[in-house]
Amino acid sequence: MTKKRNFSLLSHRAGAAFLAPAAALVGVFVLLPFFWVIFVSFTNRTLLGKTALSPDFVGLQNYFQLFDPATFFTRGQFGFSLILTTQFVLLSALVGQALLGLLLAWLMQTIPPALKRIVETAVIAAWILPEVVIGFAWFAFLDYDNGTLNMILRGLGLPAGDFLLQQPFWVIVIFNTWRGAAFSMMLFNSAFASIPPSYFQAADVAGASSWQKFRDIGLPLIRGHVVTDLILITMWTFNVFTPFILTNGGPSYRTELLSIYNYRIAFREFDFGKGAAVGVIIMLINLIFALIYLSFGRKKAKAVEE
Amino acid sequence: MASVEFQNVTKTFGTFNAVSDISFKVADGEFICLLGPSGCGKTTSLRMIAGLETPSSGKIMIGPDDVTHLHPKDRQISMVFQDYALYPHMNLADNIAYPLKVRGESVEKRHKRAKEVADVLKIGDLLNRLPSQISGGQQQRTSLARALVYPSRVYLFDEPLSNLDAKLRLEARGFLNHLQRDMGMTAVYVTHDQAEAMALATRIAVMDRGRIVQFAPPIEIYRRPATTFVANFVGNPPMNMIPVEGTIEGERLQLRAHGVLVRDLPISSGIKAALGKGAGLTLGVRPEHLSMGTINDVNMVSGKLFANENMGPEKLVTFERQDGGRVTARIFTDDAVETSENVAFTFDGAHATLFDAEGNRIPADGEMPL
Amino acid sequence: MRLSFPQLLARIGFSALAAIIGILFALPLIWFIFAPFNARAELGIAIPDPWTLQNFLTVFGNGFAMRGLLNSLIQSVGGVILVAAAATLAAYALSRSSIPGKSIVTYVLLLFSSVVSGTAAMVPIFLIVSSVGLMDTHIAVILVFAGGLLPTAMFILRDFIDGIPKTYEESAMVAGASPVQAFFDVALPVIRPGIVVVVVWAFVNIWGSFLIPFILLRSDDLMPSSVAIYSFYSEAGTPIVTLLAAYSLIYSLPVVALYLFVSWKFGFRFFGGIKA
Ligand SMILES: Nc1ncnc2c1ncn2[C@@H]1O[C@H](COP(=O)(O)OP(=O)(O)O)[C@@H](O)[C@H]1O
Ligand SMILES: [Mg+2]
Repeated sequence: MTKKRNFSLLSHRAGAAFLAPAAALVGVFVLLPFFWVIFVSFTNRTLLGKTALSPDFVGLQNYFQLFDPATFFTRGQFGFSLILTTQFVLLSALVGQALLGLLLAWLMQTIPPALKRIVETAVIAAWILPEVVIGFAWFAFLDYDNGTLNMILRGLGLPAGDFLLQQPFWVIVIFNTWRGAAFSMMLFNSAFASIPPSYFQAADVAGASSWQKFRDIGLPLIRGHVVTDLILITMWTFNVFTPFILTNGGPSYRTELLSIYNYRIAFREFDFGKGAAVGVIIMLINLIFALIYLSFGRKKAKAVEE
Repeated sequence: MASVEFQNVTKTFGTFNAVSDISFKVADGEFICLLGPSGCGKTTSLRMIAGLETPSSGKIMIGPDDVTHLHPKDRQISMVFQDYALYPHMNLADNIAYPLKVRGESVEKRHKRAKEVADVLKIGDLLNRLPSQISGGQQQRTSLARALVYPSRVYLFDEPLSNLDAKLRLEARGFLNHLQRDMGMTAVYVTHDQAEAMALATRIAVMDRGRIVQFAPPIEIYRRPATTFVANFVGNPPMNMIPVEGTIEGERLQLRAHGVLVRDLPISSGIKAALGKGAGLTLGVRPEHLSMGTINDVNMVSGKLFANENMGPEKLVTFERQDGGRVTARIFTDDAVETSENVAFTFDGAHATLFDAEGNRIPADGEMPL
Repeated sequence: MRLSFPQLLARIGFSALAAIIGILFALPLIWFIFAPFNARAELGIAIPDPWTLQNFLTVFGNGFAMRGLLNSLIQSVGGVILVAAAATLAAYALSRSSIPGKSIVTYVLLLFSSVVSGTAAMVPIFLIVSSVGLMDTHIAVILVFAGGLLPTAMFILRDFIDGIPKTYEESAMVAGASPVQAFFDVALPVIRPGIVVVVVWAFVNIWGSFLIPFILLRSDDLMPSSVAIYSFYSEAGTPIVTLLAAYSLIYSLPVVALYLFVSWKFGFRFFGGIKA
């Protein structure tokens, strides 16, 4: 007897045809770059000159350069950038966005709807507007002579400052917190909304304070969302390029995150081999977070099934 | 219209047999119900007729054709789905006429036909509405209309009434019965509601764990359930089942259990065989066959009053025998029930059903077909 | 419910705190409410006197600026069409066909799409585009965005399609429709809300993005607005604030409009759910 396939809404052949365009695009622009960047990182490929056309295989030389202990911590070098990025992620994502988002989401539960809508609009506007517009807005906001911030400071009798020059790192930390808090807020908002109101009403009847309700009911019930949020905003912040628009990585490399460092090496100094090596390291770090996230997601899916 | 036949059909999901080696034939013009508890394989069987599942082995025939591997669109069948599957973006007219559209009918023709069918189903005034703008009962009728709008060899129904509330369900059931009488359609109708199956089917196939345990007209399923499973599943409340010890006294059979003494049942060869093995029997009596009696009656079941539920024209009296087994009787509301602790009921020996230790019904000698 | 005095106090405190945070978030953007309508706008906040649309006329008269909007539109629309079409087909196949290894494919895609960020892959993307000779073309930007956004778009749509009962297509086929008819007549219209979500999401992403066109384009007349705005204020010495303010506002309008459309149509949680 010939074995016939089980009926399905889409035959194997049609399914393959449906998948083909996406597979081609993802293959060329996602999978291929993944392997190509690894390959290029072992060469001395440049944009111009002889090595642009016939690059040499240089083994791990690019990596040795990145991790050269003599210059590792120097400004404008890989190690400095890596540490800077780590601090940036810790402060602006894990502390800034997550905490502010959590606070906002909790406040949203109790404040009057009209106020809620206004506050949400401001927070979300910071998130959805295109990055160059945001960059320009902050450029104007921080301007030493006329900027809104200094105008307010002077109005309050406080000393004005040229913050982009004096405190560039803290500027991008606050900038990124401001820019991205909306996501955490919305995630936690929907997490809180999924808790049956009767839980909180029961606590109200028992006379719990808002803090007690948050600590004993709200937070434990959204633990899963908190983990999701932390991993996602860590990955995004780690890869973010937007501060470049505000600071160009400067002054004197003080805001040069890995993404910006990578851009400078590859497209300002035209050292593709070294830039690719940076790309590989960024991908490795992404991979770790992605695996954590996926295994966490799977565990959650399994827990739901059981 | 055409017949439908299953020949040794098995359907396996992974290692799980959803349908195990079933064979049966639905004659042309018959309305059969697949009846059984949830998960017993009814939907899977129906979907194999539709072509939406492929049998793992065996053959399915519609009329003279082997359709086992035929695409659903080529089977000339109609199906009404449990969730109705009305297309949310089409109004009722387009929903009902969709099968005609894929058959290449002209717009005027298909809308004319849709209107005809819709009028029969009393949704003719709603043709411009979207499915989301009509009630559940109307949605049900729309999906029925879509199944009736084109000529089919077989009509398939998968619990089409289960999403309706009780009153609408009765109404729709009556309408389906009327339709069947009118059209003489060949239909396979899946349900877990025994009353629905009783009301609609010319024959019922009772399924249990992927197998057909009895395939017979409703009256036979009701009066002569092949197994304790069928007896338990059909009837509301179900048949009372009492494990008993049997002895032969002269020409009569006697049965005993706590609170049970039955002295007047005919003996059959099946009973002799069952008793010969030394195993126990199960006595089955339907609630409506029990009537108020005394402990001195020839066939007597007694116990402590447990519940007395008024159902309008009749009431359900439940009592508990000494070993804790409960028995329910259905009697007229006006029949007095002793308010004293102990009650006794009696029944006509002709209404007793006996099952052997394996749970199979023991037929009476010389039983005539019903 | 009646509030006790301490509860009332707490509620006022919360409202005040929320209002302060809201103001802090709004501060950097308030400037945008005034400057575009002020013919003498500078980087400081000033109420326009008089309110005027003069700046917008300047923008409409600026060829480079208008060209930028057109380029943004070409790249966004091109990318969106490609993403929506390819993602719909692929997600439908992942959801409805019984091709073996579907869940592995999904898992691997999810992994790669989060690992291969634009930041990490800028070098190979540049090299791939230049090796096929597409450097400095719209099509390069469109293809790169399509590839990058596709995995996420596929997940969004697959989730959506998985949530749609198969009985729609099944009933169509039983009624005589071929798989192709069932897809176009029944499945596609039912999936449409999901496609709208993907379209909006992809459009907003491409429209607002900076890095990819910044790397892949050289000619002025291909630059999208994002790169144009950046070069207006970073390279031009003293930026022409009036022009930039109005231009930024125009450039932001589609994003705001789409956001309002989506939150009206699908509720507030959409943007949160979609990036996750
Ligand atoms: N596509 C499938 N994959 C795996 N198991 C299935 C599938 N469809 C049905 N089953 C299983 O087969 C059994 C019979 O299902 P079904 O025919 O739907 O039962 P019924 O309609 O009688 O409730 C159930 O245990 C169900 O879980
Ligand atoms: Mg079923």
